Amino acid sequence: MNNLIKGENHDWEMVIGLEIHAQVKSNSKLFSSSSTKFGSSPNSQVSLVDAAMPGMLPVINKYCVEQAVKTGVGLNAKINNYSVFDRKNYFYADLPQGYQISQYKYPIVGEGKVTIDFKDGTSKDIRIVRLHLEQDAGKSLHDQNPSKTYVDLNRSGVALMEIVSEPDIRTPDEAGMYISKIRSILMYLNTCDGNMQEGSLRADVNISVRKPGEEYGTRCEIKNLNSIKFIKQAINYEAKRQIEILESGGSIEQNTMLFNTSTGKTRPMRNKEEAHDYRYFPDPDLLPLEISEEEIGKIKSSIPELPDQLKNRFIETYKLSNYDASVLTAEKQTSDYFNETINSDSELKNHAKIVVNWITSELFSLLNKNNLDLNNSPVSPENLGQLIKLISTNEISGKIAKDVLEDMFSSGKTARQIVDEKGLQQVTDQDEIAKVIDEVIAENPKMVEQYLAGKDKLLGFFVGQAMKLTKGKANPKMLNDILKSKLK
Amino acid sequence: MKIDKNTINKIARLSRIKLDDKESEDYIKDLNSILDWVEHLNEVNTENVEPLSNISSSILPKREDVSNDANSSEEILENAPDKLEGFFAVPKVVE
Repeated sequence: MNNLIKGENHDWEMVIGLEIHAQVKSNSKLFSSSSTKFGSSPNSQVSLVDAAMPGMLPVINKYCVEQAVKTGVGLNAKINNYSVFDRKNYFYADLPQGYQISQYKYPIVGEGKVTIDFKDGTSKDIRIVRLHLEQDAGKSLHDQNPSKTYVDLNRSGVALMEIVSEPDIRTPDEAGMYISKIRSILMYLNTCDGNMQEGSLRADVNISVRKPGEEYGTRCEIKNLNSIKFIKQAINYEAKRQIEILESGGSIEQNTMLFNTSTGKTRPMRNKEEAHDYRYFPDPDLLPLEISEEEIGKIKSSIPELPDQLKNRFIETYKLSNYDASVLTAEKQTSDYFNETINSDSELKNHAKIVVNWITSELFSLLNKNNLDLNNSPVSPENLGQLIKLISTNEISGKIAKDVLEDMFSSGKTARQIVDEKGLQQVTDQDEIAKVIDEVIAENPKMVEQYLAGKDKLLGFFVGQAMKLTKGKANPKMLNDILKSKLK
Repeated sequence: MKIDKNTINKIARLSRIKLDDKESEDYIKDLNSILDWVEHLNEVNTENVEPLSNISSSILPKREDVSNDANSSEEILENAPDKLEGFFAVPKVVE
């Protein structure tokens, strides 16, 4: 695989690291009892702690700590028995405290790794530096009024997990796969809802370029990207920008960038002259967070089967390829659907590959077309299983099955009902097929002549004609075989 | 460590505090005397002593994950100098 970008004098390689911010799935905030519900009316979920009223003290949410530990285990990471909350100081209108409670020197989770799988069957590990707990900030609306910014503090104080990767990523696609994998792990663990549109999962991207094999270049950080598409776009644009500067003899200035989603361009944030000085120090309102091995063990034992384990089980049990199995397990709803389908009939276990194809290509494309997802699929796993069984037992052809699936999708009927009602059973009677072929041959003497004279392509024409006469029901293999033997 | 004019200006700017020349001079003196006093601690040998993060031996108290469903907006906005439809309204912060 070629990961390099062609340059004027030599190729360039991107070096990318991600900081992912994942909102913890919990009822209440990290240090207060306000609700975390999304989309409520502005400032309706703000306690005196979240608004930083004088004298208010933070009390940590036990469940958020467990969620972070769970996520750490899911990232194959070291859980730290001792971690410390620090204050990260900066001024901004949506940060009432004037500091964010975060973790700096002693994060709750240390080094880990996740694996991404490529289409060609290979895979790659991306190392995780750390995961720490911190508070989310409020939300600012800048575009409502020319002279005002409006602030909603509902999000202020919601628990975030910041997951920092090593700069192990080399292409925009890898960045997309990495964040998809993290999202999938979080969703299997139920520690984050993974909703990127609502901002529950967002990322900062660090990127630099270099001549392959040389030292890392100076990097820029693109802030706050909330879709995989934007992440890829921003990386592509920023890499090109940096290469252009370097090739025209300039140098890269380390900078924080914003990505404009409508123009697809990055630009530096203002006031760069004031380099950030966060003056981290331990928060005197909070004691160190200590977690015993016993507590960690208890959390570990509560962890469900994760995508990679499930993937390996699918490969072993159903002899699926690494890639097929990783597509199936990328989203929990997909693996659940596959499980239910394949378990709906004991026969189907021998046709796992067909089941995968029908879910990931036929059903997915119908769902896409209708703007639905698997959770509200009009075709249940049992009904899809029934359809696939009709194919595997040769009762209907794959081609007809596609029409049947569309019918099931819109009418809600079962495959059996539709096949019986419309009489779609495959014709597998030798004599019947032969009869139809004779008819086609008799009606097209000229074509037969041309075919016999060497125009092989015409075979398709005869197949088509015969299929038309049988309304697509003839068994394709038998049709082909008989046709060839008759046209000798 | 010595506090000079540059340092005091930087600290003031980070804290969003405006200092005139006289105030800067006073703070330079104050902070330096505090730092000098703290420097005495360097005389103590702390080799092989773990840093102490708190003097009480208590452990971090934790809450259960229960949310109160109180609607806070009226109370929270009560002292806001400027508001609109439930939002705080502040001078434009552009980015």
